[in-house]
Amino acid sequence: MTIIGWAQIALVLGCALLLAVPVGRWLGCLAQGRMGVLAGIDRGVLRAAGVDPAHGQGWQAYLLAMLAFNAAGFVLLYALLRLQGVLPLNPQGFDGIPPYLAFNTAISFVTNTNWQAYTGEAAMSHLSQMTGLAVQNFLSAGTGIALAFAVMRAFAAGGVSQLGNFWADLTRITLWLLLPGAVIAGFAFIAMGVPQTLAASAAATTIPGGEQTIALGPVAFQLAIKHLGTNGGGFFGVNSLHPFEGPSALATSLQIVLQVVIPFGLCLAFGRIAGDARQGRALLAVMVGFVLLATFAIYAAEAAGNPLHITAGVSPAQGNMEGKDLRFGLALAALFTATTTGASCGAVNAMIDSFTPLGGLVPMFLIQLGEVLPGGVGSGLYGMLVFALLAVFIAGLMVGRTPEYLGKKVQAREVKLAMLAVLVLPAAILGLAGLSLVLEVGTASLQDAGPHGLSEMLYAFTSAAGNNGSAFGGLTADTPWLNTTLGLAMLAGRFGFVIPVLAIAGSLAAKPRAPEGPGTLPTHGPLFIGLLAGVILILGGLQYLPALALGPIAEHVAMLAGQTF
Amino acid sequence: MLRPLLSLLIGFTVLLGVVLPLGVTALAGLTMPERASGSLVRQGDRVIGSALIGQHFEGDRWFHGRPSATSAAPYDAASSAASQLGPTSGALLAAVNERLAGARNVPADAATASGSGLDPHISPENATAQVARVAQARGLPMPRLAALVAQHVEGREFGLLGEPRVNVLRLNLALDALR
Repeated sequence: MTIIGWAQIALVLGCALLLAVPVGRWLGCLAQGRMGVLAGIDRGVLRAAGVDPAHGQGWQAYLLAMLAFNAAGFVLLYALLRLQGVLPLNPQGFDGIPPYLAFNTAISFVTNTNWQAYTGEAAMSHLSQMTGLAVQNFLSAGTGIALAFAVMRAFAAGGVSQLGNFWADLTRITLWLLLPGAVIAGFAFIAMGVPQTLAASAAATTIPGGEQTIALGPVAFQLAIKHLGTNGGGFFGVNSLHPFEGPSALATSLQIVLQVVIPFGLCLAFGRIAGDARQGRALLAVMVGFVLLATFAIYAAEAAGNPLHITAGVSPAQGNMEGKDLRFGLALAALFTATTTGASCGAVNAMIDSFTPLGGLVPMFLIQLGEVLPGGVGSGLYGMLVFALLAVFIAGLMVGRTPEYLGKKVQAREVKLAMLAVLVLPAAILGLAGLSLVLEVGTASLQDAGPHGLSEMLYAFTSAAGNNGSAFGGLTADTPWLNTTLGLAMLAGRFGFVIPVLAIAGSLAAKPRAPEGPGTLPTHGPLFIGLLAGVILILGGLQYLPALALGPIAEHVAMLAGQTF
Repeated sequence: MLRPLLSLLIGFTVLLGVVLPLGVTALAGLTMPERASGSLVRQGDRVIGSALIGQHFEGDRWFHGRPSATSAAPYDAASSAASQLGPTSGALLAAVNERLAGARNVPADAATASGSGLDPHISPENATAQVARVAQARGLPMPRLAALVAQHVEGREFGLLGEPRVNVLRLNLALDALR
């Protein structure tokens, strides 16, 4: 680790936090329907779509609208992928995507996971990328933020049955936040060297006389929303490591800022809507604290290098460079990895499969903690609020008082639903990864032997169920078994979590907001921040320790002992 | 519910999936045509590569880029890939040993495969370590080549971001122009 490396980390994270302030303010306006100068157009658009923003939906109606919209999006994307061979804008002449892969990919993009069992430039037509995948990048992000809006309103109001209008929320977020953000960032990326062209490729004759076919495409616009919407699905196979998808350290820095700015901003918007800005800042503090810790751990592990290679004769000066490109440097690779896995983005600017064992453990553990640090757009906030409810409940148990959060009494129904939501992730991850590790159809996909093979499989289901999408890329994921089971894990991680969360929101919205009393646990100070962090670690993380001990920790010990597999 | 569902899904698909990307593409082609089409490097009429994408150089007469794990051939820019080998992989250690060929204290970027398989850069230390070989193969004085390498070291972006590095394609282009 170097001082200049930490200066890079401080600068990029600082920019993200600064930008989160205006973004958070605008998110608050969108949630409250205060559209400012856009009010006229907004009303016109909604009317044209047959939406009355004043018509509130209860939690079931909100949920139903969201599920129906996502199901329709899945069908449309699946059809586009299957039919890409006969559709236009297919300059490379790719065939349709086979059924299992199309199923997996369509679920992946609709659930904001963006797990990719294909190599973009070698399988997807421009139409599939632009009109299929990138549209879901917007809509799945819009869905996540809309759900967060619904949950926020449940805390803000007292004694109401309605959580807002899903259609209005989705439209406003997409049109007035994601779209302008993606256009601005898209042009910034083009200026940094990211291509945006309909050409399929360029043919080059190298100086020594060799041939090189350079894949091109409409990359920049898709890249912008991929980060802003914490989607993470790369245009190219190696994602943001590709020199066209991450041309410079500046480009990778902008990507880091984009992938955390909405999750950070949503915390601030939550504080504003709940009427107490300190509440939002407390949640943000927990998120930033974990991001910094994780960055430190990854940076330290990677900078130490691989002792097996150092013994063989590699200079330790650069650290572990397998699977990394030179231009980003280890500091930005560490911050990118911590934020992309913490924020449920899943893009990569360094290959996590080739990280040192502890460097690879951290991103996996960040996802397992529930994708709340800071989590995906929207999903990070509502996931964090679930942990906040559990934290006040546990604190309430300790002192023997009825727990409350923001004046809402937290009772048996909410705690049961919160635990149900929290249990979805370990059930999907440990259950399905365990099954795949004992079945021949699963283990046939492993690339690496020994504990690293276990890590590859564990990471895949962690990433899928956490709706992250990053990968230990050695795993051969494009098999009927993994396409199906990982698809189910993504569905469980998204909708299995959201349904109980919306039920909690419905139940909390109906409760009155009680004023703070002398016995109320303040939920904005350092005590609560520490409590929340502890609950995330224990409730979110503890159940994975045995699996992690068999994977990355065993591998670390083996590496120190000089053993290879 | 059907009307908002269908009008939003179709409307957004057309707007975000057709109109905007095509509009952005057209505007980018007008305002930043070089960058939007892949920062291609030309020698006369001939496209010799992209300034951003690494190329495969072999033989003693050229500076070599980093090992590349793309599958069909090294530096296959039609299908990017990394080795994806884990830290305790025996196959990875064997590959590293082969690249080291018994040498000690070799810069890590010379012994390990890049993440994209297309890394256009090497570290200044890696370039310096290749000077003697290239100088001998081309019959050029070593100080002249060392100076050429020094000229091609790109510092951190804005003096802060990333790491110092050397673009191998640009270095080899300049090398070819030396007489």
